[in-house]
Amino acid sequence: MKCFLQHSVFLILVFTSYIGFSQTINVCEDCSISSIKSAIKQAKNYDTIVIKKGTYKEYNIVIDKPLTIIGKNYPVIDGELKGEVITIISNNVTVDGLFVINVGTSYTEDYAAIRVRRSKHFVIKNIVLEKLFFGIYIEKSSYGKIYHNKIIGDAIEEYNSGNGIQLWYSNHIEIEHNYVEHVRDGIYLEFSDDCLIKNNVSAENLRYGLHFMFSNDDVYQDNTFENNGAGVAVMFSKKIKMLNNIFKENWGTASYGMLLKEINDAEIIGNTFEENTIGINIEGSNRITYKNNNFTNNGWAIKVRGACYANRFLENNFLYNSFDISYNSKVNDNVFDKNYWSNYTGYDLDKNGVGDIPYRPVKLFSYIVNRTPETIILLRSLFIDLIDFSEKVSPVFTPDNLMDNNPLIKKITW
Amino acid sequence: MLKILKYSFFDLMRSRWSYVYFAFYLLLGIVLLFLNNDLSKAVITLMNVIIVLVPLIGTIFGVMYFYNSKEFTELLLAQPLKRSSIFLGQYLGVALSLSMSLILGLGLPFVFYGLFKSNTIWDFSLLLITGTFLTLIFTALAFNIALSNENKIKGFGYAILLWLFLAIIYDGIFLMTLVLFEDYPLDKLSLIGTMLNPIDLSRTLILLKLDISALLGYTGAIFKQFFGTSFGLIISFIMLIVWVVLPVLRIVFKAKKKDF
Repeated sequence: MKCFLQHSVFLILVFTSYIGFSQTINVCEDCSISSIKSAIKQAKNYDTIVIKKGTYKEYNIVIDKPLTIIGKNYPVIDGELKGEVITIISNNVTVDGLFVINVGTSYTEDYAAIRVRRSKHFVIKNIVLEKLFFGIYIEKSSYGKIYHNKIIGDAIEEYNSGNGIQLWYSNHIEIEHNYVEHVRDGIYLEFSDDCLIKNNVSAENLRYGLHFMFSNDDVYQDNTFENNGAGVAVMFSKKIKMLNNIFKENWGTASYGMLLKEINDAEIIGNTFEENTIGINIEGSNRITYKNNNFTNNGWAIKVRGACYANRFLENNFLYNSFDISYNSKVNDNVFDKNYWSNYTGYDLDKNGVGDIPYRPVKLFSYIVNRTPETIILLRSLFIDLIDFSEKVSPVFTPDNLMDNNPLIKKITW
Repeated sequence: MLKILKYSFFDLMRSRWSYVYFAFYLLLGIVLLFLNNDLSKAVITLMNVIIVLVPLIGTIFGVMYFYNSKEFTELLLAQPLKRSSIFLGQYLGVALSLSMSLILGLGLPFVFYGLFKSNTIWDFSLLLITGTFLTLIFTALAFNIALSNENKIKGFGYAILLWLFLAIIYDGIFLMTLVLFEDYPLDKLSLIGTMLNPIDLSRTLILLKLDISALLGYTGAIFKQFFGTSFGLIISFIMLIVWVVLPVLRIVFKAKKKDF
């Protein structure tokens, strides 16, 4: 009997908790529950809150229990510029389909449209953010997913604008299919390891489309970075994989498709760099493999600033760049092999698809332009071609061992 | 003037040299397209050719034509005709027939290759416009040289020297100046230096289209204004027109005073 009672109590407990799990709370402007905060207060763990279409003027909404919050037809949550809008401090929270506007701007606190703090297994998807300071801010959290969000900022100056998606001390986060524009940094990772950034578009941001700081073992692939202040910056990080991304039209005096600073053991494979002032700017980066990338119509395809050792550039296409490679020293420890250079003028007598004379990608003129930038105006002049030719015959200013011994005759396809 | 223009023009159209010139460009266009299979790369190569060859051919041809038709010019001078119309007619006849060879010779292969369907059409038309300008400028300069020098050998010598100077030596001096004075702000100097040489000017004009991403790499407000907006394009065209007008004015002026 006692045993039966125990069992039935247990069953009832399981049953009620199951009901609790499936319970749905509706929020709309003329329902009994008309604010999101009160809905959260009434909800039990694992409830679902459905927010109907309408405008909700609320800020500092704290989600402190595992809930699923779903917006129907994109309800507007208006922060009225007063501060942070949604803060998640519990594990297993899902936020889906909201339209958040008017996040407060502060110079002392990083107000975000949605902040996740010390939580695990969160999902943030189908969110639209406008008029924001920081967009989605993930702080000391892990195993989360950020999908299909659209972040449209209106940043004008760097000092008073925030980042679209920011990760801080957060590991194992997946960021996919997001669209970020007009913020400071599109996506920013600081001290965040093992993250996957895939299929995002980051455009017209003030600073970087994607920015890594002290983050290791991350992968970013199939993203598009277009027309940002300075493309993508990868700094002080190790073992990052950069695959199949597109870097386009990052124009300006300090604009790069990709900026590498103090990066070790990375892989850069299958990316496209098109019409950037500088395709890749490398500084203090070692043991990086560059393979199967396309460098098309850039001002400088690759600019090597110094302290770069044991990098390997294999099987890339360098097409119609004003300068293929620029070096500022005479020392070279990097390997260039089996690339296709559209500026290669050699021949292939034995018809094995590999040019018979080595190609020297560093021109004397790029050395002169490094010294006196104004001379760029003499680009493609006959005189410059002549001095480049004489330098090619007997290198004096450029590293004499920097050459591609197996330049390919035909453009590589993969 | 129109009558003389027409006469010079048709005279040149019948001559072997225009055909050779036309055939050369035709062949160049076909070979480039055949080897490259890529319009935009062909345009870059063509730019190098046009910037160097068009001025050379313009100067040599202009000087040659002037000396060859000297007897005919003297015959015309005996008629009641204005001197300016005689010389301007001859000048325009040469310049126009050369430009036509250039435009047709390069245009035909590109049109057959599908220029109108590709997006390099603007780059290409810019190329032809600068080529035409260069022809006009250098033929005028050649006429100036021929008018000032009775001696044929001297005239040819000066013509080649002029080309050599503007195409190569000028850039060398320019580069040396920029490197020597690298401690000073050089934005203005470099832009002015470019304006003073028609070959550099047309090169810059084409660079604006082809290498804009590299040009924007330099930090300088004046550069940025010049290259980043249509300002540069407009100024360059105005300067090219000035470069045509000044030598032509000198032809008129010189022809009036010259004793034949």
